[in-house]
Amino acid sequence: MERDALTLDGNAAAGLLGELFAIEMTAAVATCDACGTSGAIGGARVYGGEMGAIFRCATCDAVIVRLVRTSRGISFDARGMRCLVVAEASA
Amino acid sequence: MTSASVAAPPRMQWQIATVRAVVDETPRVRSLILDVPEWPGHRAGQHVDIRLTGEDGYRAQRSYSIASAPEAPDLAVTIERIDDGEVSPYLAANVQVGDRFEIRGPIGGYFVWTAPLGGPLFLIAGGSGIVPLMAMLRHRALVDSKTPTLLIHSSRGFEEIIFRNELERLATKEDGLTVYHTLTRRQPVGWSGGARRIDRDMLTGIGIPPAMTPRIYICGPTPLVESAARILSELGHEPGLIKTERFGPTGG
Amino acid sequence: MIDIPIARGFFGRKKPEGQSARIPPGQHLVHDFPVLSAGPTPVPDLASWRFTLSDGDTRLGSWSWEEFNALAQTQVKVDIHCVTTWSKLDTNWEGVTLDTLLEAAGLDEAPAPYAMIHCEGGYTTNVPVEDMLGGKAMVATRYEGQPLDPEHGGPARLLVPHLYFWKSAKWATGIVFMEEDEPGFWEQLGYHIYGDPWREQRYTGD
Repeated sequence: MERDALTLDGNAAAGLLGELFAIEMTAAVATCDACGTSGAIGGARVYGGEMGAIFRCATCDAVIVRLVRTSRGISFDARGMRCLVVAEASA
Repeated sequence: MTSASVAAPPRMQWQIATVRAVVDETPRVRSLILDVPEWPGHRAGQHVDIRLTGEDGYRAQRSYSIASAPEAPDLAVTIERIDDGEVSPYLAANVQVGDRFEIRGPIGGYFVWTAPLGGPLFLIAGGSGIVPLMAMLRHRALVDSKTPTLLIHSSRGFEEIIFRNELERLATKEDGLTVYHTLTRRQPVGWSGGARRIDRDMLTGIGIPPAMTPRIYICGPTPLVESAARILSELGHEPGLIKTERFGPTGG
Repeated sequence: MIDIPIARGFFGRKKPEGQSARIPPGQHLVHDFPVLSAGPTPVPDLASWRFTLSDGDTRLGSWSWEEFNALAQTQVKVDIHCVTTWSKLDTNWEGVTLDTLLEAAGLDEAPAPYAMIHCEGGYTTNVPVEDMLGGKAMVATRYEGQPLDPEHGGPARLLVPHLYFWKSAKWATGIVFMEEDEPGFWEQLGYHIYGDPWREQRYTGD
């Protein structure tokens, strides 16, 4: 796999995350269910362009979070994330 | 599947910004000084979403980095005009003092530096990627931080260096800030800075070494960010200390 | 509620006159070819590339790159419509139709009424088999006379142009037939299970 011009960082999707969560999610640390690596949501790789935000592990490229705005609301799928740690100071 | 209706947190609600002043930074880059009545304050490195509604009801939304320091009295965003873009030609060329549009933010808590985090601080900017890093440098200056800081700023040509004069002023304060410019396409006669893209030799030669565990912030076009982050990681910098913000092809 | 200010001189993209009959509702015309991906672009490896037809767990047929290119190739000129509202007219593609693939696998008909397209990187999308027969879909390997660029889905992508373009899955490696329809990658998140641009089926419930 190679990173290409379409790759963005997790912080690029902070707006959509911010509509859903009261805490600043880009500073929260997620553990990838595929490889076990932990990293800030803001440091994940984001794909999907205008269709939605597909967050992929910066280490192994597995999908950790999928976030889509539809006509019915916002869909949030986090099955690729084993654990999420939110520092209280950033809440 | 169940669904709940979403009411956005207050900081994510749209409000109206009024353009108080425009500053042309380079021929393609303009800063907008904004009045936002209920601005909640921000941290250096965060961005805002701006939403335009056209005369025909068409709406378009983009994210822009905040250029001003949290301590500054005015909120400023700095926008590069992308010729075939949809929103940036309006914001970076057509907009006039007194114009109003929707804004929300601040957004993002990852690509953020505040003085108590300390340093050394190692900033790498490509083109308009300087904008969130400028907010960090302005913040650093306004709180009188002496954090040892290096900025490597890559631009195409001398006239295209965004914030050139202000960076020069900040660098002469002798408070621990070093600014290194590299010009990738055209260099003026007698140019003493870099004359190529940011590469391994440059990052090894003038960069802050891994042993000093600098906090690294890289912002710019995806290829520059990708390459700089990879090289720094290979040089031995802790990946958790390397934070990146890629400017993707979002249609400007 | 706030009073939304109007940006003077700012307009959305307009449909050109005379072509609107070919542009579905809510779409606008583009002349470039925007790229949208759910993941990083895989580096093509034609030596190990295979395309496989399966019925559930049963393999029906599998072709190497050379074998695939030796199958009957079909050319089409079609309009494509992305759910992110761009449409592109008169695009030229070449590849192998599903009819040809079924025949090459020795089948008279498809074994099940639904299909899941599987791709490099784990992307999936579901399409009713009926929508892929009779020349309505192909596995395309060439675009505008050239090998398909990796960022546009090369070496091979599905092309099912009468549905929104996310159904035309990039980096396709196989089709799995299914008795029941199941949602693919975007469909699970609320994108429409079928995705007809002329009925503006963007999201579930549209």
